[in-house]
Amino acid sequence: MNSGIPLQYFLILATVMFFTGVYGFLTRRNLITILMSVELILNSVNINFMAFNRFLYPNKLEGMFFSLFIIAVAASEAAVAIAIIINIYRRFTTINVEDVNEMKF
Amino acid sequence: MSSGTFLIMRHELLLIAAALLVLIAEIFGNPEKKSRISLFSIILMGIITAVGFLPSPAGELFGGMYVSSGTRLIMKNILNIGALLVFIQSVTWLNKKENSSKVSEYFILLISTLVGMNLMISAGHFLIFYIGIELATIPIAALAAFDRYKNKSAEAGIKLILSSALSSGVLLYGLSMIYGTTGSMYFNEVSGLFHNNNLQILGFIFFFAGMAFKISIVPFHLWTADVYEGAPVNITSYLSVISKGAAVFILMIILFTVFPVIVATWQKTIFVTSILTMTIGNLFAIRQQNLKRFLAFSSISQAGYIFLGLIGGNQLGMASVIYYVLVYIFSNLGAFGVVIAISNATGKENIDDYNGLYHTNPKLSLIMTLALFSLAGIPPVAGFFGKFFLFTGAAQKGFYLLVLIAVLNTIISLFYYLLVVKAMFINKSENPIAAFKSDFYTRFALGICVAGIVITGFASIIFEAIRNLSFGI
Repeated sequence: MNSGIPLQYFLILATVMFFTGVYGFLTRRNLITILMSVELILNSVNINFMAFNRFLYPNKLEGMFFSLFIIAVAASEAAVAIAIIINIYRRFTTINVEDVNEMKF
Repeated sequence: MSSGTFLIMRHELLLIAAALLVLIAEIFGNPEKKSRISLFSIILMGIITAVGFLPSPAGELFGGMYVSSGTRLIMKNILNIGALLVFIQSVTWLNKKENSSKVSEYFILLISTLVGMNLMISAGHFLIFYIGIELATIPIAALAAFDRYKNKSAEAGIKLILSSALSSGVLLYGLSMIYGTTGSMYFNEVSGLFHNNNLQILGFIFFFAGMAFKISIVPFHLWTADVYEGAPVNITSYLSVISKGAAVFILMIILFTVFPVIVATWQKTIFVTSILTMTIGNLFAIRQQNLKRFLAFSSISQAGYIFLGLIGGNQLGMASVIYYVLVYIFSNLGAFGVVIAISNATGKENIDDYNGLYHTNPKLSLIMTLALFSLAGIPPVAGFFGKFFLFTGAAQKGFYLLVLIAVLNTIISLFYYLLVVKAMFINKSENPIAAFKSDFYTRFALGICVAGIVITGFASIIFEAIRNLSFGI
């Protein structure tokens, strides 16, 4: 049953995705792309949960349920974030973070 | 659903019912008289706060996913009191013309964040905890962007939602490692399966970093000042008091119940972050001119003090954290209440604008002084006792160096709190803020805050009651 791709491969994929997401979050300048980076992070967590569940604890479905909830919550988070981004576009006529800088240290 | 179920999770159920009632009132109410919705929500919230104090059986629901106990109930009640105060304080602002069409949205969103906080405090499983923390942060971001026609408000909203999304991503990544090594997400099962292996420690660090974002602990605090400045003042006061208090509570519960095995690890983490948080929060607060930013950095440094109660992991520490959050709610909401009143009347938010305030508005300046003294921890007021218990809790476990640094930081913080007092009482001004009379709601909320600062300081029964409900590792 488990004679397919071994667990490590999934974990490596998830780690790479996670840090790609963090890197994108910190370096990208477009608000939508930043949001996409966050989705990348959350999806890497989903991969982690499902791989652990499938390989190590196949009798319980806790990891699967957790990732289902993460998907739902991420969708609502993206909805609110995009609503605010639209508002930003109306106010600043741009969604480049370098221009959204009225407040600074 | 039996009556026992209702009794155990009555906080959440009543709050959800309240949100629905406000929604119904919005649909069927008279559109000309939207301001009645504020009064309606305040009455509902008052009833819920009162009902929350009724005795309740401790118990578990949903197979242990939802846990209720005396400690968690008192935490929820403290948050409800704070939220009620914020509700009362926001009425004047909501009655303004530009907000009159959004009154019920404001209350529905605030109530749903409160549901989230209560749910996460009652969590017995990381899934409930995660849902609660997201329910508590996503609507707050919408509220931070509440002033649709202000650039700063939109900017605050996007900064809050993006940093909270990143922080929950980091937190979840940590949780996934903990799940992978233990195979369970129940608090009591995870704590039994924890045994100091490296992946678990890494998972804990990720988890802690995510929580530190929510409490704005120093390496992760950069969003705080901007969001606090840009958001409407009422939301800022809610964020700095209620959101922070709830996150501290659940972090404390999780540290004490899920991670007691790696106590040495998290004591080191808290030791370093606490020192950084106090010092950097205080040093940045000195150079702020905008009062909202000023209070933002002051609230960052307050979180550093609160960590002193967590570090010992003892019963006194937990009691002092709960007590300090209660005191902090009254003091900070008192200070914010004055800022809100003045901002509503004149739109001024800078410290320089407060020059000579005592000669025109003596009552407001006295309340502000009392609140700032309580935040700084000057003896007769409640803040002193709060800090005293926190420091005792840490000293009991031998963290003398940390206590010394915290005391030094208290002196620094006294300096900048007194700057505001000096501006109000001593500085001369060409055109001070004119004398004005605030309406009933503002005065009522400020009165409760003053009474709270005085009573929580002198009535030792409150601290004793909290202490009896607390527990150590």
